[in-house]
This record gives sequence, structure tokens and C-alpha cells, in this order.
Amino acid sequence: MYPEELKYSKEHEWVRMNGNIAEVGVTVFAQESLGDVVFVDLPEEGSDVEQFAKFGEIESVKAVSDLFSPVGGKIVEVNSAATDAPEVVNEEPYGSGWLIKVELTDTAQLDELMDAATYQATLE
Amino acid sequence: MSITANAGDIDRRLLMDRSVAGRKAFTLPESDVPSQDLPDSSFLRDDVVLPEVSQLEVIRYFSVLSQLNFSIDTNFYPLGSCTMKYNPKINDELSNLPGLADIHPLQPDDTVQGAIRLLKNLQDDLGEITGLPGVSLAPLAGAQGEYAGLLIARAYHEAKNDSKRTVAIVPDSAHGTNPASAAMAGLDVVTVRSDDQGNVDVDNLRELANENTAVFMLTIPSTLGLFEPNILEITKIVHDAGGLVYADGANLNALLGLVKLVDLGVDICHSNLHKTFSTPHGGGGPGSGPVMVTDELAKFLPKPVAIQTEDGYALGTPEQSVGTINGFHGSFSIAARAFAYIKALGLEGLQSVSENAIISANYIQAKLRDKYNLAADRYCMHETVLSATKQKKRGVAGLDIAKRLLDFGIHAPTMYFPLIVDEALMVEPTESESKETLDHFIAVMRQIDDEIDASPELIHEAPHDLPVTRLDEATAARKPVLRWTADE
Repeated sequence: MYPEELKYSKEHEWVRMNGNIAEVGVTVFAQESLGDVVFVDLPEEGSDVEQFAKFGEIESVKAVSDLFSPVGGKIVEVNSAATDAPEVVNEEPYGSGWLIKVELTDTAQLDELMDAATYQATLE
Repeated sequence: MSITANAGDIDRRLLMDRSVAGRKAFTLPESDVPSQDLPDSSFLRDDVVLPEVSQLEVIRYFSVLSQLNFSIDTNFYPLGSCTMKYNPKINDELSNLPGLADIHPLQPDDTVQGAIRLLKNLQDDLGEITGLPGVSLAPLAGAQGEYAGLLIARAYHEAKNDSKRTVAIVPDSAHGTNPASAAMAGLDVVTVRSDDQGNVDVDNLRELANENTAVFMLTIPSTLGLFEPNILEITKIVHDAGGLVYADGANLNALLGLVKLVDLGVDICHSNLHKTFSTPHGGGGPGSGPVMVTDELAKFLPKPVAIQTEDGYALGTPEQSVGTINGFHGSFSIAARAFAYIKALGLEGLQSVSENAIISANYIQAKLRDKYNLAADRYCMHETVLSATKQKKRGVAGLDIAKRLLDFGIHAPTMYFPLIVDEALMVEPTESESKETLDHFIAVMRQIDDEIDASPELIHEAPHDLPVTRLDEATAARKPVLRWTADE
């Protein structure tokens, strides 16, 4: 449910590091709480985002929620597969349902995030 | 071919699918004037497919559709935050009196004195009920009332050359219309947190209120159906920072004759006549969202407002009006219905409306609290917010419970709102319902909870007996079919 190699934010986003590129998505808990995702609104590639700032919106049959970036930097890629077919966020939240890739300004930001066990404890 | 007899069957074909070429629903008399060619016939199209049906077929089609609807005239309708109270039929009758129905908005004021007097009296009554005497009936819905109120707040600050006040503070429990109206009025939205009791987090508000604050928007009672115990401190914090306090009057049904918003420190509010004052909702509408303000702010009200002059009554323009926010002066026939309602009840009657609305909601809450979690474990006002988290753990979500209620002829409560409550089911019975109806709802809710363990499939597959059963909402939202197309 919560892969060990990822870092987590209290807003239920995850980060996967690849060099200085952070891949970002929402957790299993987030997609289950939201229910069927029907629309994802993501920013332009090349725009900047600050850590913990809003970068987009996710809409399910229940409600519209803001997406908060667990890391800050330049958005180098957005996942058009998730905007074209939002169900991938439900189906593979840690895989093809990723949302954005961010080039990190400062890797120390990662210290502000939680490991899998700590994140899971916040859900109890 | 044989036909199966089933008198309960509904003809589900769309009007388009009933079409037979050449059939029509009208008969025109023979023309007694010479025919003329259109000067420009380029807008005439023959590529548009329209239904060709008889008058009787049209009547059957729409009559059956109307019978498929849940409405307050047919079902208990505890849709939280919407105040689905009985709409007395006498209001319709009175608003259809020829002197009120057969007039035109462009008639000279001196030919419609009675109608303008009615508007003036309704303004005065709404001013008395809220304690905010400046009233414009122009806004056509709650959200438009919010928008008008926020324009007034902006105009107030601009008139003082205080142009840096561009922020609207809105609680995280607010109706979605609040931040939307603020954005539309050109304000930046900042969210203030709720505390664990569902109240505004006063410390957080203190951090946020500053020299940029234009207005603080607060629903009273809150969207959780709760009285805000720190309300006087909250409005003082906002006023001390130089901001105005806007009350979203969506929940005014809890306050009639009990609390005047002005006494809580409110500067601006709106009221939904189609909620609190019993005028029809939605498709039966239109809505109406008058805006009420303090004397000091009255000069900014949207125009027109009904005024009394030496010669009688007139439609006037406040001296620094934010302008026109729609054509004419609001929904006149709706104003007439609300006026009839207020006059029929009087102040004492209005007070018992709120008292009974509060008692009914608390009765339901008290009878269900052992089965369903509460958003906040304390007395509620006119609505109670249940949280189906215990049910969710046993495999049944709030949505499933809402769908199962339909099988018992009960309209679903508001679901998944406020956003800060998990599995929210917001129940607003209103003052209109009898104890027997409330007891039936309570019994059904308790039975549904029992069904979770006994026969969960009953709930997951609900509703069973309605013309339309469980809808695939996700596919409907992902791949909407928005128009009819002919079968190839």
C-alpha cells in the first residue's frame, strides 16, 4: 500500500527520487478517499512550484480537491496520461498514475517529508 | 410476437425516439393576411432533427417525467443545507393575483404602486429579521447575493481609499460558492482552518486577519449545523483588523426571531428566499438571494431598491450603488411568495419555524447517535451532520446509505459535504415534517445500519425499485453523453 522507497507528505502525496528529479503522485489512501477520479488539472510544463504549494486540482465523483506539491522546483514533465484517462490515478497511483516530475531546487526539502511507516501511522 | 402485460411499465423512449415524420402538435388557423418572404432566410435550417409528435404524446411524455421526480410535494427531502421545507400553496395563489402577475417590469412606477410597496415591505421585514436595514432584492440566487455583498465590501474599502484590502478569508468548511463568489468579485481567497469541534480556529483567524483583509465570510450557523460559540470574538478580530464580516445566510432557518445577525457583528449577509422563506427550489424556482447590509453600507447596494417617497413608492438607486447585477429588480413573483409567507406567520410564527427546525434536527441526531458518528458531538442547530465512518469500516459508504434511502421513498441527505467531515451525511429535516415522518426516517436509518451486516448486497445494489437504479457516476463524468444522436 505504501512503498518503502517513497517519501510522503501529510497532504497524501508521494515522491519518488530519480537523481534530482522528483516524481509526484497521490497515495492509495488519497485515491481511495476520493473515490473514482474523473478529472485531473495539472500545471504547464516549465512552470515553478514551491514546496507544499498548490499545483493542481483533482476531482472525483465526491468532490474537488487541491493538489499540493511535496517538493519545490521546476516542473519538467506532467503526465498527460492522467489528464486524458483519470482512472489511472485509481488504478496505479504509484505507477502510470503519477502526476508531475519536479527538478528539485534543494534536496534538503526531502527531510520535511515522511517515510512510509511514519505516513502510515498518521492514517490510523 | 407477444406483448407482456405490465401496467407499471414506463415508456422510457426519449421524445426524439417517438418521432414520426409529418406528425405535429399544433394546428394553425388559415392566414388572413398575405404571406411574405423573409427578408433574410439564411438562418432557416433544414438540417436540424426535431421531434415530430402529437400534443397528447408531448403531454404524456412530460407528465410521466414529472411523476418520476422526487419533490417536497411527494417525498421527505432531508437534503442538508438546502432547507427543503413545505412551499405553502397559498403563496402561489397570492403571487398569481392579477395585480401582481399581470404587470410588466418596465411599467411606470405610478402604475404599479402596490407591487413596489410589496417590495419595500419585504425589504423592511428582511431588515428587521436580520437587523441589517439596508436591503436589495435584486440578486437572483444565493451565490449572486454573495457576489453583490462582496462588491459592496470592495466598494466600501475603495471609498475609503483603502485599496490594498483584496483578501477574502473563508473557512475550510464553507460552501463552495463562497470562494467562487469572492474570486469573481476580484478578491484573493485565504482559507482559515476549523478546529476539532467544527468551529473557526480563532488563533488561525487572528494570524490571517490583517491590513489586507477586505472581508471574512462565515456561514451562520456553520455548515456543520453548529452555533459558533466564539462568534463575538471572531467578528471583533475581523473588525479590529479593519475588515467587514459577511454572513452566508444559507442557514438562516435556524435563526428566525431568535438571533439578529447584526447583534453577532455581521455587516453584510444574504438570505435565500427559496430556503428560509419557502419559495420553490431549482427547476420550480427561480431562486432569490436578497442582500442585507448595515445603514452605513446601504449607499452601496445594487440597484434598484424600493423606496418610499412623498408621493408613494418608487424604485431608486442608492447614491454609490455597485450597479445593476441583473435585469430589473429580482424575481418579483418569488418576492411576493416570500412576503406572503412572512405575513402569514408573523414574528411569532417565524420564531417557531426556527425552534421546530432545531428540535427536529436534534431529535434525529439524538435517535441516531448510537449508530452513526457525529461530525461534532454536541447539540446542533437546524441540521445534523452524521459521519458514516463506522459504516465505512464495515464496507458500506455514505453514498451507499444515501442510495438505500431512496428505496424507502426518502430523498438522500447531502453527501460528502462539508469537505472536512469524512463520509458526511448532512440531514436537515426542516420544521415542516411531522414526528411520524421523522420516526420513519430514524427507523430506516437504523435498519440500513443493521442491513450492513445482515445483507450488505441490498445496500450496495440500491436503489432497487426506482425507474433508474445505481448509476455509473464515474463513467458519466469521464465520458459524458451530452446530446442525443440519431441511431445510424
